[in-house]
This record gives sequence, structure tokens and C-alpha cells, in this order.
Amino acid sequence: MDRHITSNQLKDVFDRRSFVIGAVQGGIGLLLAARMGYIAVAENEKYTLESESNRVNLSLIPPRRGWILDRNGSPLASNRADFRVDIIPERVHDAQKTVDLLSELLDFTAIEKADLLHRVEEGRGFSAVPVASGLEFDKFAAVSVRLPELPGVIPQRGFSRYYPTGPSVGHLLGYVGAPSREEYETDPEPLLLTPGFKMGKDGLEQQFETTLRGVPGARRVEVTAGGRIVRDLDTREDVQGDPIRLTIDGPLQDYAARRLGLESGSVVVIDCLTGDILAMASMPSFDPNSFSDGIGRVEYSMLAENDRVPLRNKTLKGLYPPGSTVKPMVAMAFLEAGLSPDAAVGCSGGLRVGNRVFHCWKRGGHGHVDMAKGIYQSCDVYFYHFAQQLGMDVIAEMARRCGLGQEFPLPVVSQFYGTVPDPAWKMEKYGQPWQPYDTVNATIGQGYMLFNPLQLAIMSARLATGKVIMPRLVLDGTTPQFGSMNFHGDHVQVIQQAMSDVVNGPGTAGRARLPIDDVLLAGKTGTAQVVGLNLSNGKSGPWKYRDHGLFISFAPFNNPRYACAVVIEHGGGSGAAYPVARDVMTFLFDPQKALDALHGFEAEWGGTAQERLDRDYAAYASAAGVDLPPAPAPMTLARQVDAEARAAVAEPQQADTGAIRPREDATPVATTPPTFGTGVAAT
Amino acid sequence: MRNTIALPAPLAQFPWRVVIPLAMLVLFGAMVLYSAAGGSLSPYASSHLVRFAVTLVMALIMSYVPIEWARMGAIPAYLATLVLLMAVEAVGALGGGSQRWLNIGPLVLQPSEFMKPGIVLILAAFFHALPVGMIRTWRALLVPLGIMLFPMALVLLQPDLGTALAIGFGGVVVMFLAGIPQKWFIGAGVAGMVAIPLAVMFVLKDYQRQRVLTFLDPESDPLGTGYHITQSKIAIGSGGIFGKGFGNGSQSQLDYLPEPHTDFVFATMAEEWGLIGGLFVLLIFGIVLRWGLSVARDAKDRFSRLLAGGLTATIFFYVAINLLMVMGFAPVVGIPLPFMSHGGSSMLTNMLCIGGLMMVERHNRRMGSSNGFS
Repeated sequence: MDRHITSNQLKDVFDRRSFVIGAVQGGIGLLLAARMGYIAVAENEKYTLESESNRVNLSLIPPRRGWILDRNGSPLASNRADFRVDIIPERVHDAQKTVDLLSELLDFTAIEKADLLHRVEEGRGFSAVPVASGLEFDKFAAVSVRLPELPGVIPQRGFSRYYPTGPSVGHLLGYVGAPSREEYETDPEPLLLTPGFKMGKDGLEQQFETTLRGVPGARRVEVTAGGRIVRDLDTREDVQGDPIRLTIDGPLQDYAARRLGLESGSVVVIDCLTGDILAMASMPSFDPNSFSDGIGRVEYSMLAENDRVPLRNKTLKGLYPPGSTVKPMVAMAFLEAGLSPDAAVGCSGGLRVGNRVFHCWKRGGHGHVDMAKGIYQSCDVYFYHFAQQLGMDVIAEMARRCGLGQEFPLPVVSQFYGTVPDPAWKMEKYGQPWQPYDTVNATIGQGYMLFNPLQLAIMSARLATGKVIMPRLVLDGTTPQFGSMNFHGDHVQVIQQAMSDVVNGPGTAGRARLPIDDVLLAGKTGTAQVVGLNLSNGKSGPWKYRDHGLFISFAPFNNPRYACAVVIEHGGGSGAAYPVARDVMTFLFDPQKALDALHGFEAEWGGTAQERLDRDYAAYASAAGVDLPPAPAPMTLARQVDAEARAAVAEPQQADTGAIRPREDATPVATTPPTFGTGVAAT
Repeated sequence: MRNTIALPAPLAQFPWRVVIPLAMLVLFGAMVLYSAAGGSLSPYASSHLVRFAVTLVMALIMSYVPIEWARMGAIPAYLATLVLLMAVEAVGALGGGSQRWLNIGPLVLQPSEFMKPGIVLILAAFFHALPVGMIRTWRALLVPLGIMLFPMALVLLQPDLGTALAIGFGGVVVMFLAGIPQKWFIGAGVAGMVAIPLAVMFVLKDYQRQRVLTFLDPESDPLGTGYHITQSKIAIGSGGIFGKGFGNGSQSQLDYLPEPHTDFVFATMAEEWGLIGGLFVLLIFGIVLRWGLSVARDAKDRFSRLLAGGLTATIFFYVAINLLMVMGFAPVVGIPLPFMSHGGSSMLTNMLCIGGLMMVERHNRRMGSSNGFS
């Protein structure tokens, strides 16, 4: 290597190397140009899309929910345009501060504030929590102008569910509420996270969720990286959910619910031509309107503590011993088994079977009793006698044919189907053979028999028409054709006449006669004993020990159009039930006359069901203070209510050891009226 | 040269070749900054223009400084800057945290910036003074390395990887141009291949290592460290050929692009002006750098040559690293784009380099005319 380097050689090296550097610089320049060309041209589409998805935020507009209509097209559940406020807990910086300020702006009570704080903390990191709906514009505006201090709070115009008849339809329709985490996990749609979206939580609202929901609208907005909305781009309207049209007659449903008054009970009315359920009311009830923003702790505590279980739908989940209301059905079983309607027994107030005496309710005896008299006078001995002859199996079979112990294909969350006891059932359940006293108990609807009010109404309709009436809740434009029950000869007419005589003849419920000249009601009373005669006379004393009052009926008696079942829990006896049935049936033929009667009662009771509920709430809230546990989420609540209902109707662990001694009164009624109010204090 | 056009001497000697492209670039930069501020001259565009005007005057004054002064001032300037760097460390240590600035009354000094042209200046002076025959000796390697590593270490302590690399790059380019043997570069290259992965794993701070890892796979962390690169590519890519139009860049206007007025100003520009704007910026940088290299080649003495070459390389380093970064070819190191990014230090450093180049150009012309070239 040349050790002698000159200045000129270094100049050459510099020139060469500066050329290299220039070339490297040019090369990098070309590389950059090519890279930029690649990103901006070849990948332009991809990056344009990504830039748009940055810039544009799609927010969903909750769809207007489909209406729930009654059979005549009037709304049982509709939507009201309103101003509402929601919170997205994830975006809230300081829950306590936000809730404090909101409560101040919206004039919340301490309890409402505690509820809101609880929901915000529970919902943390999840979907929107409703704060309030149906706001006046002033309050809405007050929240809107304070938004900079309220991160995560979303005031918006929207629609909220509105049930015009409130508590009357609570059990039937259920209610709506913000989706829970569980619901989102099973159905992870973005709509479920949208503020203001509500889904069905119970009843028909839950059953027809997919029909009612509709298609959400969408609003495209330009947003900054920080989430601030810069401007609206475009809006797609929502598509309202489809309406569903029920078989329910709205005014009748409301009437039935209100007519139950202070009692705890249920009314089911069925159209005998179509099987349409015209009314299915269970009282006391809750106001579904107030549930849709979440169930408040006061409301929950008030409802949960009430021993009349306002959260239970008693038409489907109340199981009761049917009492004497099964007698027409048992008589039909006798007829079909070949017994002549003229076959008679002498009733001397009791019947000796072996070495035991089974008493008739009329201790003095009915004398000569044939089938008609057995029904209209509700003679127990008549039924004891022939049941011993014909056996339990014919009765049990007829009970099942009439719909007792059966589940019906209805779109309801759940229905309890009760028990039709027979020897096989008893052997399996208790491992004991069927005893004569079991038959005796069954013929008067006591012992193991447990049915729900809907089943009683169906039984009434099937006996009245001789057709296999199936209930339905949704109108679908078809007229169902029912098969015959295949009752022989004039058996249907025999029962119709005997049941008419209960009301219009020499029967036990003369005061159930309709105040309408040309329509005759047929019916059958029933009193179901809850405890033995040694504990209570069934008419007074602790509410829990009073007898259930039942009444099944149909009208007109010789051409049945409507069938009805009424059950009054602990009403003291059937005397509490048939006036309700009479007025409800009257409403079907002459609404004004029925309403006049109701208004008289309501003046006495202290207002409509809604008014009484509101007043109770106010009284309860002021008494209770804030120290109440928060309400459970709707799904938990539904499970809890269901479990309690199941526990309430659980069959006895031990087999019965004897016969029921019937009350000495065919249509007893409570000697003290039920407590005013919804019955918190009634124990 | 070009004596066919008879211009008055001051006008003819005015460095039009660089001032016109630079002014165009700075004006374009000001437009981008105007848009990045949401359509407002303040706070970016106006101060950008004022800084350019002030530093341009400074550069023009520099160009009248005799080159010998620069050569003789190299060692004092280097030492002074080193003292300032140590002062920064001391103040930082006393203040309980690292910092890069010195507050001297109303002035905010960032000494590491001065070190970028400073390292070029001292190495050019060193090789100028080094006897020609010693260029292949160890002294030609070890002394410059020592001169470089000391300030680099101080800057790394701040910690400021980008500036340390810029200092290193300027120094290495001067050594390369000075003619030290090629095998040393090859050896250093091989050593670097081995050392860089080790350095990444053991020397770099956590956040620096994270940046390197993210650079290798930006999509791995799209909302964290990879966010910058991803958003920058989205801005450039969505601009297409002609851009979204002035003031219509959604990435920058809606805050998706981080640092839209400093490190990622090129992405801000590319979103609104598209590929056309990008090519324009590359072209201007090409003209400026080509001018810088031609000044270096025309230089008549070793000091001027190395100074001009090194200063050009320093500007190039800024441009290249910044553009490679915004296009996803280099990790995010926090180096602004010369003459476009908003920021006083960057403008000052780059205009110091430009001023140095103008000084060499004026010196070349004087030497050329005194030597009778035309």
C-alpha cells in the first residue's frame, strides 16, 4: 500500500466519497419517494378506509319498540316521546360527583340518588345506565348546559315505553329495562350497549322481544380522537318494531284488575268461541311504567315485603285447591261413566264409609239429592257417594280432559301446571295406597288438587261448550276450530242447567245473577280451606289462614260465549269471588253498568289501583328512609319471584291422613273487610 | 461563474440557489402549520416564519465571517458547548430530573443542538490540521472518536437518542470524507451489526426499547406506542395522489395524528397535499442537499470541504430519519423535519448548518476569483 499520501490523493478520496454520500442521499430520496407513492397510491384505499373509520363514529339510535295492542287495536303498551338522561359509567370520572350534580339538577330524593349511585357503580365499564326519562324540558335543559362538568352523561330525546293502564297489565305484559351484562353476553349486539335502548324483561315484552325490537337507526358523526362530536354527517331513521295484537280486551283487562280492588287474586276471562284470553288480571300488581328506568329500592322493598306478592303473576303461577268448583267437572265424569242425572242419594249431613263419617258442608243434610241439586246446592254427600261407587280414576281422567293439571301452548315465561291426583300418582309421590278419604277430598276439590286460575277458566269453557277450547293470547287472523270433547247425549246441557241454577235457581250464589235481563250466568262457587277448622273458621283472624274464594262461570248459560274464573286468595270463601265474576261478566254485556258499580267500590277503596299504588309508595318511601337494600337486577328478581312462587305451592311432604271437614256455609265471605291499601299491614 | 448576467455584486453574490428553495419550503411549511392550527396563523405558522427570518439573517451574517475565524474558533466553540452540556447535566441532577435546556435569563438554550454543527466544525478543523500522511494511522481514528463520544455520552444521559445519533452521524461522515481507511468503516459496520441488538436489549431505556420494538411491528400495539406510526401512515396513505385539500386533513384536524406540527408535520402535509406535496418537499430537500454537496466539492481547502460535507450530512440526517420515521421505516426517535416542523431549536440548528455552508460558498467564490477561476 502506498504509504506516501498526498493532499491531492485526499482530494480524490473526498470527491469519490462525497459522490458515494450523494448517491446514498439520492438513493434514500428515491426510496422515500417510492415508499410514499406505495402508501399513498397502492395502499390508498386501505388507509382511506382507516382514516374514515377514525373520523366517523357511528352511533345507534334505539328503535322505537313495537306497540302491544289489544284485540280492538288500542295500545296496551305504546311509546312516548320524551326527554331522557343516561350515563355511560365507563366515561364517568367521578361517580359520586356526577351523581351529586345530577341529583341536584333533577331534584332527586335521597333514595333515588342512592339507587342511581348503586346502578352507576354496578354498571361500571358496561352499557348505559338510565338516569331519568319523561323529563320536563326545563330539567333536561339544565342537565344539557352542565354537560362539560358531567362526562359520560348523555341527555337525549327518545322514546320511552308507556303502559296506559299501568298496574292492570303489569303481570301480563311484563316491563322493559336496560340490558344486563348477561343479556349482552348471550346476544352481543352493539344495540344492547346503546344509551336509551330497552329490552323486554318479563311477560310478553320478553317473549316477543325479537318482534317488538325493530331495527336501530344510526347517526354518523365526525369525532375527534378524544371523542368530541364535531358535526353530524347523516342519519338513518330507525325502523319501528312490529306490533303484536293480543286477544286481550284492554278495557276488560283494566276493569277486571281494578275490580279485584283490595283483594289479592286473579281473574281470567276466555272467549268460548275462539279460546281468546280476553282478560288475565292478577292483583295486587306493580306499575311497569316505573320499572323501565330500573327498579327503585323503595319500590322493590315495598313490593317484596307485601305478603300479597304483587310481583307474582297469580293467573299462571298461583296454584289453589279448587274447592267445590270441580263439582260440575266431577258430575260430568259421573255422567260419562254412565251415571244417570236422576240417580239420587239421601243426604243427612254426612256419609259413612267404613267406620268413618264424611261430613257435608250442610250439617243438617240436603235430603233427596240428584245431580242437579248436588251441583246447585253443592251437596258434598252426593259426590262422596257416587265417587266411592265410580272411583277416582274416572274423575282424574275427566280433570285432565278439562285442562286441569295441563300446560297450554301460550307465549308466557312460565306457567305452573298443578296436580291432578290419582292412585298411581299418590303411590309414586308418597309410596302409599289411595284411601277412600282421598277420593272424598278430591270430589270437593281439596286434598292434593292444585290448579291455576287459567286452568279453572279453561275447565269452565270446556264444560260449557263441550269443545276442546285451547287458550290463546295473540291474534293471528285465524279463527280456531276446536274438536268436540265427545260428551254424550245432553250431558253438556245437564251441566249448563245445573250451573245456571247455582245462580239463577235455588242455588248457592243467587247474588251472582247478572243485572241484565236476557243474559243468564251459569257458575259454581268454591271455598278452598287453607288450614283446618281447629285453626281458623276461615273467615276471620289472620289473613293467611282465611279460605280462598273461587268462582267459575260462563254466560249465557245455554249458548256460552264467555267463560270466567275468579280466585280470591284468603278472601274468606267463595262469597269474595263471585261478586267479582258477576261484575266482570256484566262488563262484557253492559260496560256502563259495570263501571258504575266499580266507581262506587273505588270511592270506598280509596281510588283506582294506580292511585292506591302511588299513595302506598309515597307512604312507604317516607317511612322507610334510605337504609334499604338496592333492588336486584330484573333477571335475578324474576328468578327470585319464580322460586318464591314454587315454594308457596309446594305439595305437602306428608300424605294427608284424613278428610277435610267442609265449612258450614256454601258461600262464606270474610267477616272483616280486607285492609285498605295493597296490604302491607295485613298480618 | 454566470458572468454573462450582469448583476450588482451584492445581488450576484447573494446565495439565491439555497435561499429561494428554502424560502419556498418554509412558506409551504407555514401553510401546513396554519392548517394544523385549525386555520390560524398562531401559534405555529407566524412564529415559524419569524424564526426563519431571524435565523436567515443570522446565516447571512455568518456567511461574511472569514473561514479562518471559524477554523480557529472550532476548539473554543467545542469546549464551550461541552461545558454547557455538562451544566445541563448538573442543573438536571440538582433539579431532581433530567432536562435538555438551560435557562439563562430570558434565553432558553439547548446546548446539544449547537453540538451538531459543532462536531462537524471541530472534526473538520482536526483533519485539516492532521498531517496528510497520518490519515491512515490510529490517531486519525481514535482522536475523532474521543471528540465525538464525549458529547454523545452527555446527550445520551439527557436522554436524547435522536440528537446523539445526529452528532455521531455528522462526525462519522466527516471522518469518512476525510479519507480514513475504508476497512475501518467495514469493521465498524460489522461491529455495529453485532452491537446494535445488544444495545437495544441492554443499553436503551425502556421507552426507547419499546419504540424500537414497536417500529419492528407497529400493529402489535396500535393504541400504545405503535399509535404514532399507524396514524402517520393512515394520514399519508389516505392523502392519495392529490391530498384531501388544504384544511381538510381529518387525521390532523381531529387530533388522530400525534404531534401534527412537529415530528409528524410531513404526515400532516401529505394528508392535505398528497403525493404531489410529498414529492415537492423531497425535491426541495434534494436541491438544498445537492447545493450543499456542490459547495463541498467546490471548496478549495480541506477544512472547507469537510465542514461543508459534514453540515450537509447533518441536515440530511434530520430529513432522512424524520421521513423514514413518518413512513414507518424507522423507529419514533423524535427528530423534527428541517424547515417544516415547528420548533426553534430545529430551525436554529439547521440554519446554523446553512449559514456554515453559505460561509464556505462565499469563501469558495473569493478563492475562485482570487485564483482567477471563472
